[in-house]
Amino acid sequence: MMAGVTTADDTSSELTLVVNGTAHRLRLDHRTTLLDALREHLGLTGTKKGCDHGQCGACTVLIAGPADGVAGRRRVNSCLLLAVMTREAEITTIEGLAGPDGELHPLQAAFVEHDALQCGYCTPGQICSATAMLGEAAAGWPSAASASLIPETPGTGPVTLDAAEIRERMSGNLCRCGAYVNILAAITDVAREAP
Amino acid sequence: MRPFGYLTPPDPAAAIAAVTGRPGAAFLAGGTNLVDLMKLGVAAPDLLVDVTGLLPDQIEPTAAGGLLIGAGVRNSDLAADPRVRAGYPVLARAVLAGASGQLRNMATVGGNLLQRTRCLYFQDATKPCNKRVPGSGCPARAGDHRNLAILGGSPHCVATHPSDMAVALAALDAVVHVEGPGGPRLIPLGGLYRLPGDEPDRETTLERGDLITAVEIPPLPYAGNSAYRKVRDRASFAFAVVSVAAALDVTGGRVRHARLAIGAVAPVPWRARTAERVLAGRPATAEWFGRAADTELAAAAPLPDNAFKVTLARNVIVRMLGELAATGPAGTGRAGAGS
Repeated sequence: MMAGVTTADDTSSELTLVVNGTAHRLRLDHRTTLLDALREHLGLTGTKKGCDHGQCGACTVLIAGPADGVAGRRRVNSCLLLAVMTREAEITTIEGLAGPDGELHPLQAAFVEHDALQCGYCTPGQICSATAMLGEAAAGWPSAASASLIPETPGTGPVTLDAAEIRERMSGNLCRCGAYVNILAAITDVAREAP
Repeated sequence: MRPFGYLTPPDPAAAIAAVTGRPGAAFLAGGTNLVDLMKLGVAAPDLLVDVTGLLPDQIEPTAAGGLLIGAGVRNSDLAADPRVRAGYPVLARAVLAGASGQLRNMATVGGNLLQRTRCLYFQDATKPCNKRVPGSGCPARAGDHRNLAILGGSPHCVATHPSDMAVALAALDAVVHVEGPGGPRLIPLGGLYRLPGDEPDRETTLERGDLITAVEIPPLPYAGNSAYRKVRDRASFAFAVVSVAAALDVTGGRVRHARLAIGAVAPVPWRARTAERVLAGRPATAEWFGRAADTELAAAAPLPDNAFKVTLARNVIVRMLGELAATGPAGTGRAGAGS
């Protein structure tokens, strides 16, 4: 791995970012966040820069690393990840959610159907976050809103996503337009249809 | 942000050597706090040594009957672990109460322990702060201190430790496994953190090059009857104003053992040993829970805008202990839900 052979004094590295299934060879200053690499170096501007401090969730992308478990793809704040840290991961952005024929991801379709946005700036982060959140619930991960930490069935059965669960699990994504009511409705729809 | 080098050493020994030999070097794990502080100009390492591939990322049972949690375990995996959820609900609840789903996926156990205070003055590089620039002063005492310490502070610093997880670990008598230039050693969680005194820039007893590799939780038979309650300004994704981690062993209406730790009230996760001693052998009643809290909080030295935390901490302690006394030894981890 190229990043591993840099010396302590190099301030940039040659690295490969795999985004939406495509490998990109780049030389990046180590200060470059994954968010800035996506937007400024790869032209993938669907991922938005809101607060740039991990507080708003607009930059949420999905990442699958060598040791990743839940549904293979975890939601992360790309503004707090240095791009050089993600060189061995597979990254999925909002541009990579639709099918190859352009068919919308069920969450994208639900957001359209429920008018779950006003300005739309937080929407890519909301949808990426919700995608992974449904996987977390399917894997039985509890949340602060879960009444019990112990699943009703042995093992870690899926969590039923009521409104309180969805609100808590999506609290890392802010919407300054206040479209939360419809965001909740859109995610609830998809959660009901999930296997 | 200052330019910096980035290394991925092949093993922990090489990582420790890289940081030990370079004063400006820092370990990098999840990065959720460090990268943010670098953006803010509060931290300016000239070399990041990425240890995410080196740290253990599994949770293993110990021979003693406890758990050994690798320092590289992500917060979300810790909270989801069935053994943690069933055996140490206070820990699962504390982790779930912190940050957001995204941040819990990134943040590691080791990094969580070493995250820095969210005191506004510490995080603003244009302001004086004795923790950030020793000797520069502390504007918080006369300024914005609503969410700062009521216990354990000093004239030089009243910052609070921000971790939820560490409050639960304090109550559980966790032991921190450290490797460093001088070899491995074990540090009880209470011995990891330092009160500020006149050196608020020194927050832990770790030395340059020390790397947290794991956190060990000893067995605690009544830890199943434990809970974490967090009071905050928003319903979710906010730091605590006051939080309480508690485990209670009640038999025949009397407290046999109690574990109690308070968060967001001190520069360290505050283990309430005074209250625990008051409770031992006493009736499990609101009156005694209140006496225990009052005795612990008698040491509080609040500032004008955070005096409310004394009453708030008392009320949370009394309510939580009451709930744990009611759920009894067959606790299901329900106490403290959704707070």
